[in-house]
Amino acid sequence: MNILALILVMLGAGVVAGLSERFHPAAPKWISLATFIVTLAWVAAFIGGDAYANQYIPWIPRFGINIVLSMDGLSQLLVALTLFLGIVAVVSSWTEIKERPGFFQFNILWVMAGVVGVFTALDLFLFFFFWEVMLIPMYFLIAIWGHEDKAYASMKFFLFTQISGLLMLFAILALVYVNYAATGNITFNYYDLLDADLGGDIGFYLMLGFFVAFVVKLPGVPFHTWLPDAHTQAPTAGSVILAGILLKTGAYGLIRFVVPLFPEASADFAVWAMFLGALSILYGGFMAYSQSDFKRLVAYSSVAHMGFVLLGVFAFYEAAGVLVINDLAVQGAVVTMIAHGFSTAALFMMAGALQERLHTREMSNMGGLWTRAPRMGAVTMFFVVASVGMPGLGNFVGEFLVLVGAFKANVPLTVAGALGVVVAAVYGLYLMQRSFQGTPNPEVASMRDFGLREMSVMALMMAGLIWIGIHPQELLDMSAPVVDTLWQVAP
Amino acid sequence: MTAAGLTALAPYIVLTGGATLMLLAVSFVRRGPVSLALTLAVLVGTLASTGLVAGVGAQDLDGFLLVDGYAHFFNALFIIAALATAVLTYGYVDRRAAQREEFYILLLTATLGAMTMAAAAHFGAFLLGMEILSISLYAMIAYPDRGRPPLEAAIKYLVLSGVASTTILFGMALVYGDTGSMVFAEALAGDGVLSRFGQGMILAGLAFKLSLVPFHMWTPDVYQGAPAPVTGFVATVSKGAVAALLLRYVATTDVLSHEALFFGLSLIAIVSMIAGNVLALLQDNLKRLLAYSSIAHMGYLLIAVLAVASAAGPQMAAETGMVYVVGYFAMTLAAFGVMTVLSADEDVEDLAGYEGLFWRRPLLAAVLTAAALSLAGIPLTVGFIAKFYLFAAGVEGSLWLLVWALVVGSAIGVYYYLRIVFSMTRQMEAGDEASPPWWGPATIAVLGVAIVIMGVYPTPLIDAAREAIRAFGG
Repeated sequence: MNILALILVMLGAGVVAGLSERFHPAAPKWISLATFIVTLAWVAAFIGGDAYANQYIPWIPRFGINIVLSMDGLSQLLVALTLFLGIVAVVSSWTEIKERPGFFQFNILWVMAGVVGVFTALDLFLFFFFWEVMLIPMYFLIAIWGHEDKAYASMKFFLFTQISGLLMLFAILALVYVNYAATGNITFNYYDLLDADLGGDIGFYLMLGFFVAFVVKLPGVPFHTWLPDAHTQAPTAGSVILAGILLKTGAYGLIRFVVPLFPEASADFAVWAMFLGALSILYGGFMAYSQSDFKRLVAYSSVAHMGFVLLGVFAFYEAAGVLVINDLAVQGAVVTMIAHGFSTAALFMMAGALQERLHTREMSNMGGLWTRAPRMGAVTMFFVVASVGMPGLGNFVGEFLVLVGAFKANVPLTVAGALGVVVAAVYGLYLMQRSFQGTPNPEVASMRDFGLREMSVMALMMAGLIWIGIHPQELLDMSAPVVDTLWQVAP
Repeated sequence: MTAAGLTALAPYIVLTGGATLMLLAVSFVRRGPVSLALTLAVLVGTLASTGLVAGVGAQDLDGFLLVDGYAHFFNALFIIAALATAVLTYGYVDRRAAQREEFYILLLTATLGAMTMAAAAHFGAFLLGMEILSISLYAMIAYPDRGRPPLEAAIKYLVLSGVASTTILFGMALVYGDTGSMVFAEALAGDGVLSRFGQGMILAGLAFKLSLVPFHMWTPDVYQGAPAPVTGFVATVSKGAVAALLLRYVATTDVLSHEALFFGLSLIAIVSMIAGNVLALLQDNLKRLLAYSSIAHMGYLLIAVLAVASAAGPQMAAETGMVYVVGYFAMTLAAFGVMTVLSADEDVEDLAGYEGLFWRRPLLAAVLTAAALSLAGIPLTVGFIAKFYLFAAGVEGSLWLLVWALVVGSAIGVYYYLRIVFSMTRQMEAGDEASPPWWGPATIAVLGVAIVIMGVYPTPLIDAAREAIRAFGG
């Protein structure tokens, strides 16, 4: 398949959707929905084949920059997840967005196009290009259609990601020039740079540049403070995209770039990264428990879940005297990324639906909603227990693999991470109890339950989580080749 | 002078002849459309002759002017900026001044001065070009005769710019006294105390013209007082001409090999990047904000200048400088262009005046967004390519401290550029105002498209810059 064409179709559809507002206010969302369905079908038809759809087009020969796109198993999974959550995002905001629907859908399509680029680019310049392309539309989504504190939240989001992006750009250029000094060949190509010789301190500092940029996006403690604000203030579709997809670009960057480009530096740094991971799990869990805002609670739970990714990716262990990549834990991180994409997107969609109906996100204003809207209650219950990590659902598989793998690397930090699962159960059930159970709030006289539109996307996400939970092998097979290449790269 | 030398001068001759012709024409016909048409014709003719003589090759005119690819590259840029300014001013100046025809003549002479600076290889040409440009600018800034701010700005610029010019002149005298030559390559080879002192004074004067800290005090006031399209012209052409001259000045000589001068210029660059960005944070007036932002941008540009004396070398440094100046021109002209088009009787300067622009004037808002993001250096825009070049030159030349200052400065800058964008997204209701005439938005749309195209596919721009400096510095 032609990845560049896929990205261009999405960008083009964004422009068309933006302009179509003049003809009918409902036209943009239909165009957007159709685009995501068609592109998802396009990618789905490609998945499972052996080919990686490599593309190579000269772009800026002056600096050895080319358009290099490729889709291996990991990228296929994440691109498919991206396009699927595109559908979820459009459906979840179907009735929410009344002002400027054209520009809204334009931004959604452009964010997603940027993300597809991030997941498929194998030229570091191109990667950085897409990394920033997804940023501006996301800023607009929060700044224009966000809630009461949108100015602050959108600015904070932009500053955090932009400044860490600058660090990454600096690191990319320094990497390229270190390689240039050694080989006399100026190139931004991923495969060429994999061979770059980065001994000593310079490799460590460059690794840190990439690491910080990706951990801000992930987000890991202590770079997480933008996330609760951005997620809470964003419109529903924005929260779905942020939590479901944008966080995964950080995780993807760690797996695709940090570890393979800087294997030795990553191994040296592994304990600290795992420490940050465990800290994120516990801190995110405790913070989630202390929230009274539905969306903020789910946002903090994302910090905790992404901590597992950090813990897994850096769970290097010692074998025969050298530190090696922990394939089990990395596989677990990949499964966590996908499963968290489903479960958190669903919970944010639920938060958006509640806010649309009740005009509040405060859980103290809810209570006993199950009796008013049994379908919503059941759906929330499902995704809460999934997020908590109940066996048989996707999140469990991911977290279990991470913990099993990490146990070999560092027992105390793994124990700390495992404690996080207990904390998750507490805040998850607490969420459920305060919003849907208990005595019905008399102020909530009636509430429209989920209709066919909402239930159908929820059903798809439930099916996805059950499939990953019961039969994760296919997913593991897809990401296995990528994890294996990491293995070969390791010292 | 040879025939080839005369041919190479064709753009200068066309422009000088055109300006003279316009002087005569306004004595007979005082009509705006005629003046504008003549101006555009002269500028297009100059641009065409620049293209035609580019094939003649570098011509050294008695050591006075060096008309080469580098000069042609900058000349084309200045002419295009003058074209945009001429179109944008139409309908703007006549609301503010009784007579508008002379404004175009000043625009042509200012461009001539800038073009002379781009080709200067001799202190004489340097001074001549600089003064033609500055004197035209004084009058252009003061041109609107209804209202005091332009006059105030012009006086301020006149006095301070005059001081800078005399500083440069004194520096030249010292260098001449030491080496007995006024040709750059020979005069600047001197390393006596007098020479070094003179070289330092020349650099200080140039730093004033580029509004670098600590010589930046005039910038916000002049930017604010001058009429919006003239501010755009001052910000681009006048600074671009100085930058072109400075790059050639340091690249053809080894002035910067002297440690004190290199260190001093590095310090100026770092302080400008940080102070410019920090002060811009405090502004609510878009003109002042862009003034401080331009201080920071000129600080960034100094990385290219300093890269001449680093491992990156003059070739890479000149290339970086050229790409950077092109990007800076596009985004600055676009920003001031939007301001010009929005300003009916009074300049819309406060950020509050841009609220809801996305819903009132989507095209103008889109272009101003592109310009702001480009100034912030975000991909998809030419500003990113320009900043990328600076990073590349800085890293290649191991100018680590400067690159860090660039990172810190850009990080601060994101905040206030984003404030511009954010204020445009506020207030959803659409107003109903009179639409500006079509040519203003059309010019702005062209600039906006240029920002994006050069940002997405910069290869032609890079090739053009490299072609222009094939024989540069060697």
